[in-house]
Amino acid sequence: MYLNSIFSNPERLERLGDIAQSSFLPLIEAAVQFTLPLSVISFILGLFLAVVTALARISTVRVLQWIARVYVSIIRGTPLLVQLFILFYGLPTVGVTIDPFPAAVIGFSLNVGAYASEVIRAAILSIPKGQWEAADTIGMSYSQTLRRVILPQASRVSVPPLSNTFISLVKDTSLAALILVTEMFRVAQQIAATNYEFLLLYGQAALIYWIICFLLSLVQGRLENRFDRYVSR
Amino acid sequence: MISIKNLHKSFGELEVLKGIDLDVEKGQTIVVIGPSGSGKTTFLRCLNILEKPSDGTVEIGGLVADFSKPMSKKQIMAFRKQSAMVFQHYNLFPHMTALDNILEGPVTVQKKDKAQAKEKALALLDKVGLSDKADSYPHQLSGGQQQRVGIARALALEPKVMLFDEPTSALDPELVGEVLQVMKDLTQEGMTMVVVTHEMRFAKGAADEVLFMDSGRIVERGTPDEVFNRPQEERTKRFLNLIQDTDTI
Repeated sequence: MYLNSIFSNPERLERLGDIAQSSFLPLIEAAVQFTLPLSVISFILGLFLAVVTALARISTVRVLQWIARVYVSIIRGTPLLVQLFILFYGLPTVGVTIDPFPAAVIGFSLNVGAYASEVIRAAILSIPKGQWEAADTIGMSYSQTLRRVILPQASRVSVPPLSNTFISLVKDTSLAALILVTEMFRVAQQIAATNYEFLLLYGQAALIYWIICFLLSLVQGRLENRFDRYVSR
Repeated sequence: MISIKNLHKSFGELEVLKGIDLDVEKGQTIVVIGPSGSGKTTFLRCLNILEKPSDGTVEIGGLVADFSKPMSKKQIMAFRKQSAMVFQHYNLFPHMTALDNILEGPVTVQKKDKAQAKEKALALLDKVGLSDKADSYPHQLSGGQQQRVGIARALALEPKVMLFDEPTSALDPELVGEVLQVMKDLTQEGMTMVVVTHEMRFAKGAADEVLFMDSGRIVERGTPDEVFNRPQEERTKRFLNLIQDTDTI
């Protein structure tokens, strides 16, 4: 019926076209200014956190193992939106005020760190023991072994699951709208609030998210190909 | 070159090495044989501290490790440098070319000049008959070729002693010869070697001394002729009979 009313009414069709056109640029701008930086920065910080957490989990130091377990458990056991609300709306109560963007970066980084740490831990454990021993026998230190031998091989194994994490993250950044980051979804909301074309604006936002994620899956394919050059098939 | 006294190794309750004593002269090749579970691989791994012995002392090339006392990481690394290990499953780094596998020790660990190290690595590849495979990744090489790269990687460390842990056990039969040939060449060049192997032909042809191990002890030792042709111990005789039986099946 909605479509019917659109197509039987050329004026309305024209209005929708105009809105779509005029809102496209602000949406893209918001994506470039906030959605993508938020995703990339959070992913990089989160990945760093994930490696540290994974190493803590596989270390022989009990305290480190324990800290890593608690961290992962808390992040995985609570909703992302609740975490963001605690960071942005909750912490000011105890005198810690964080701006929307940094609060979002902290929230998403902590999230990626917890989820990706399990991916990286599994990838490290999948490397045969003989690789550690070969590194030992040529005299490598623990950090040299990780840097030169284990992590390069583990990262190959991690590409598909980490791509998943990254793609989820790009979509999850829409939650930052709720802590006032003017990322793409919030801009869509703001425009829709002025013209009431919710379906059009949210549809446009969805399309742009999908295009970004599609491009990312292409990058994933290329990465996998590059890593596969040293693996027999 | 090697002097081992009262070497013990336990995994929890299980005592795998029950006091090994051994002296090896510079340039000697020692072949260790024995049934599986006899502790021969553990023994070899102890010499490179891939397993940390529970007790005893090992001296290699003038450096003594006393395993009755705790050792720092630094001490372990220093002691490890005296020897280099060749593994049953080669354990090459799959993400590096043959050349890079060999360079990893000298350049990354020992911080040697890259150009010089490369020259030497290429010479080593030539020595193991793989000068045309420098840029190949391990998965592009046959098992025998991978193991020869493994030997070159170990030699690049310039160890005083080479340790071989069943270097041909994972190989297809037609590839065993090329690896044994490289090892024989090393013997003739005067490299000190300890070899755990099931290749009796190699033991007969290249060993200065053969050790027969069983249940964590050296049961019998002597020249290949003594151990293979005139074994004194019952267990040695039984083991050799079993091996010869399978040869004639």
